[in-house]
Amino acid sequence: MLSDTDPKEETGPGGHTEAVDDALTNKGDALRNDSPANDSPVADMVRFDQVVKRFGDHTVLDQLDFGLRRGERVTLIGPSGSGKTTILRLLMTLERVTEGTIHVDGEPFSHMPGGRDGLVPANEKYLRERRRRIGMVFQQFNLFPNMKVLENVTEAPVHVLGLSRDEAAERGRELLDLVGLADKCDAHPTQLSGGQQQRVAIARALAMRPDILLLDEVTSALDPELVAGVLDVLRDIALSTDITMLCVTHEMGFARDVSDRVMMFDHGHVLEAGPPDQLFEAPEHTRTREFLSAVL
Amino acid sequence: MWDWNTAREGLPVVLHGFGITLLATVLGSVVAMVLGLLIAVLRRAPTRWVTVPVRIVVEFVRSTPVMIQLFAVWVLVPGLDPLTIGIAVLGIHYAMYTSEVYRAGIDAVPQGQWEAAVALSLPRGRVWRAVILPQAVRKVVPALGNYVISMFKETPFLSVITVQEMVHEANEYGSVHFAYLEAFTLAAAIFLVASYPTSMLMRRLEKRLAQ
Repeated sequence: MLSDTDPKEETGPGGHTEAVDDALTNKGDALRNDSPANDSPVADMVRFDQVVKRFGDHTVLDQLDFGLRRGERVTLIGPSGSGKTTILRLLMTLERVTEGTIHVDGEPFSHMPGGRDGLVPANEKYLRERRRRIGMVFQQFNLFPNMKVLENVTEAPVHVLGLSRDEAAERGRELLDLVGLADKCDAHPTQLSGGQQQRVAIARALAMRPDILLLDEVTSALDPELVAGVLDVLRDIALSTDITMLCVTHEMGFARDVSDRVMMFDHGHVLEAGPPDQLFEAPEHTRTREFLSAVL
Repeated sequence: MWDWNTAREGLPVVLHGFGITLLATVLGSVVAMVLGLLIAVLRRAPTRWVTVPVRIVVEFVRSTPVMIQLFAVWVLVPGLDPLTIGIAVLGIHYAMYTSEVYRAGIDAVPQGQWEAAVALSLPRGRVWRAVILPQAVRKVVPALGNYVISMFKETPFLSVITVQEMVHEANEYGSVHFAYLEAFTLAAAIFLVASYPTSMLMRRLEKRLAQ
């Protein structure tokens, strides 16, 4: 068991040193210059440096530089296969980088200290320690069908954070209440609609009190009439917490409402990025305009 | 010709053997279920230092007849009670098959379940115990049950190493009373009566779990 964590640890301003932050911020990132909060002293919480991800011969991400500040809500848009989901999967450690490095909170994430160059690819043990502060909601919900709804939400707090069952159940009920499913604690996931399952999945991810929440096309698998309920829950969370959010979505209205920054992806590159008003109203690239007119 | 009196007198002797047969089946199944599960999980280990030796052992045991394995252990490991050898060998032999069944069940658990477990940082042991195995085992209970029935019908092999299971007892009774027909018919009837309802039960279980 990983028992060295204080379960009560709240998300909040990072305790990392400013020197490290500065060092990271100063690594050139053209994209950051587009962002409105460029003058903010808050350094990037997540940093991708020259990240390359290949699957066989296929390059999904090509020398990607990308930053995410604490508390920022960033939406990734772009055509299918443009590498958006891969960014989330790299951060969740479901995939490993082919080249480049990822830092989170100024500490190496894709790599760990060691070797001749100072960094070697992170091993499973290292990743297990790091990924705890990141939560993810999947397109296909991925609830555990052998557990009741409340058990889905309490499983990790009990077995990872070391909460008592009562404590975890109390927190779990609060979260299920937050997503409007307080009455479904004892239901099995298969008895719920897709929208309800996805809301449980959101509660499950939040139960770990992550600093960063990754949302991977969370409404794509839902019937149209169920989408609004899930997006409403996410809007609430965005408004009422300071959790850092990174979303991949085709819901442009949602992207506009919650995002501080929208990034348009194509072929493993960031075509352009900016605040939603700018990107949706006055996109610079033809490719972005084409994409937006196709999805809006 | 068939003699009812001989059959009636032989029944208790054959039934006594049936007790041993049942004992060997139950304990052998426990070995097969537990060891098979262990092998299936080990075959998913992250290092080849585990997976390759396990695969070699599985292939070796699967590719040799159970009767030869019985003889081999009986001859090579003196001093062990034949019934113990029988239970161990049958259990280990069948563990190779049940491990494949478990493996199919594990492979059938969607990748998303593993990914959700990673996203929640669940420790590996907990992922197996709480997430993967409950789903995997549920899918394969009927297939495992069929191997139990299959093992039950192979317990007569134990007679070659002098275990006094049902067929051994029937053979003894037959040779003493010159009543092979009655003795073996009784044994066959008991096998039938015991396995047919069990396989019916498995079929119903299969339907229920499929829902």
